[in-house]
Amino acid sequence: MGLLDKQFDNSNIVITSLDNLLNWARLSSLWQMQFGLACCAIEMMAASASNFDIMRFGVIPRATPRQCDVMIVSGTVTLKMASRIKRLFDQMAEPRYVLSMGSCATCGGPYWEHGYHVLKGVDRVIPVDVYVPGCPPRPEALLEGILKLQEKVRTESLAKKKPAV
Amino acid sequence: MLTDFGRILVFFLIGTIFVAGGLIGSWVLRPKRGYPTKLSTYECGEEPVGKPWIKFNVRFYVVALIFLIFEVEIVFLFPWALVFKQLGMFAFVEAVLFILILGVGYVYVWAKGDLDWDKPSPQIPQYMKGLGVVSKAEMPSDQTVSVS
Amino acid sequence: MTAQEIFESLKTRFGDAILELKADLTSPSIKISPTVTPDVARFLRDDEQMQFDFLSSLSGVDLREGKLAVVYHLASMTRRHTIALRVEVTAESPQVPSVESIWKTANWHEREAFDLIGIVFTGHPDLRRILLPYDWEGHPLRKDYQVPEFYNGMKVPY
Repeated sequence: MGLLDKQFDNSNIVITSLDNLLNWARLSSLWQMQFGLACCAIEMMAASASNFDIMRFGVIPRATPRQCDVMIVSGTVTLKMASRIKRLFDQMAEPRYVLSMGSCATCGGPYWEHGYHVLKGVDRVIPVDVYVPGCPPRPEALLEGILKLQEKVRTESLAKKKPAV
Repeated sequence: MLTDFGRILVFFLIGTIFVAGGLIGSWVLRPKRGYPTKLSTYECGEEPVGKPWIKFNVRFYVVALIFLIFEVEIVFLFPWALVFKQLGMFAFVEAVLFILILGVGYVYVWAKGDLDWDKPSPQIPQYMKGLGVVSKAEMPSDQTVSVS
Repeated sequence: MTAQEIFESLKTRFGDAILELKADLTSPSIKISPTVTPDVARFLRDDEQMQFDFLSSLSGVDLREGKLAVVYHLASMTRRHTIALRVEVTAESPQVPSVESIWKTANWHEREAFDLIGIVFTGHPDLRRILLPYDWEGHPLRKDYQVPEFYNGMKVPY
C-alpha cells in the first residue's frame, strides 16, 4: 500500500517533524556498500580505520546491496565491471545514494584519453549524488563527501516535491 | 480470575499480535517500488545462474539425529533428578540401567565413526572386493603426478 | 652459456629455422621461424647444457607494416642464464604454435597476447579473452586500433 510514500501534497507540522526524525535516523546510519575497485579503495579503508574513523558517522561497510544505503564507488570502473555496478545499484533498496570517489569514478581519471576499457565516469550508468574529487582523495575528503551526503539526506521529505516555479 | 493455562493463552496471543502487528504494519507503511532487476537474486553483481538451493553435507543430519536422541535422554533425566532422593535405591538403579543402555548406543555410534567430522576414505567390505567395486583411493588417476 | 653459444648450439641442431642473433649487450635475442617454435622450446627446456625451465615472460608485439611478433624470455634456475626468442608473423595470418604444453605459465600469457594483440596460438587448450570482456571486438594493443563508440549501450570515448 505504501501509505507514507509521497502521498502528501503539502507539508504541515506533522510531516516536517516526521521528516526530521526519519532524515536524522537515515543520515546517522548511512551503511555503505563496500565497493573498492582500485587505489581509492585503499583510501576508503584508511577512512574506515582508526585514524579517520568513518564509523563515528554511522557508516558501516556491508557486503551486500540489500542492507546498504550508500554505494561508495571507489576506483576505476572498467566497462566489464559497469554492468555489475548497474545490477548492484538496482538491487539496493530505496532510499539509496551513490558517492563517486576519486577522479576515475567521476570522469575516467587519468585514463580519460587513452583508456579504451574504462568507463569515463560512473554516472554514465548510475545516478550519482555526491562527487569526491582527488586521485586518490584523502580520507578527510571522503569524510567531507559523507557530510555533504548527510546534508542532502537532511533535505528529503515525505511530501511530494513542488514543481519549480 | 483466569486459570493458569488461560494466562499462557493470553501470553501467546499477545506475542502473536506483537509480531504480526509489526510485520503487517510495516507492510502497510512501506513503499512498493520493485522492478525485476531489483528483485532478482543477489549474486555479487552477476546474472544469477542456477537455483539458490544447494546440497549440504549429510553429516549435519547425522549429528542432529544423534543429538536429538541424547537430548531426549536428558529430558527424561531432569524430572528423575528432582525426585530420585525420595524414591530410594530402586529408582537409582533403574536410572543407571537406563543411562547404561543409552551408553552402549553411544559407544556404538562412536566406534562406527559417525561422530568424526573428517571422514576417511570409505572402506570396502571384504566380501565386495573382487566384484569390481573400487574405493576412491584405489581408483586409477589420469594425472602424471600420483600421491601415495 | 652466452647468447652466442646458445645460438651456435641451436644452429647446429635446427639449421635454417634459426634465423638470426641480435647480440645486444643487455638483452640479446634469437629470431626463429614460427614452425619450429615447440621443438626449439622443448630442446631448450630439456637439454643438459641449456635447462631453460622458467618462461619468465611471453609477450605479443605489434611491429608496424603488418607484422606481429611474439617474444619469449626464458631463464634457467639451475644454470643461471637467460635468453630471449623472437618469432615474427604477419598480421593476416598470425598463427604461432603454442608452448603451453612445455611451460604451463604460457597458458595465461598466450591468452593475454591473443586478447590484446590478436595472435592465435594453435594447440592452446583454452584460447579465449582474459582481460577484456568476452564480447569485445578487436584487439586493442594493435597500433591501428580504433576505440569503439559504444559498448553495450555505454559511450566509450570521453
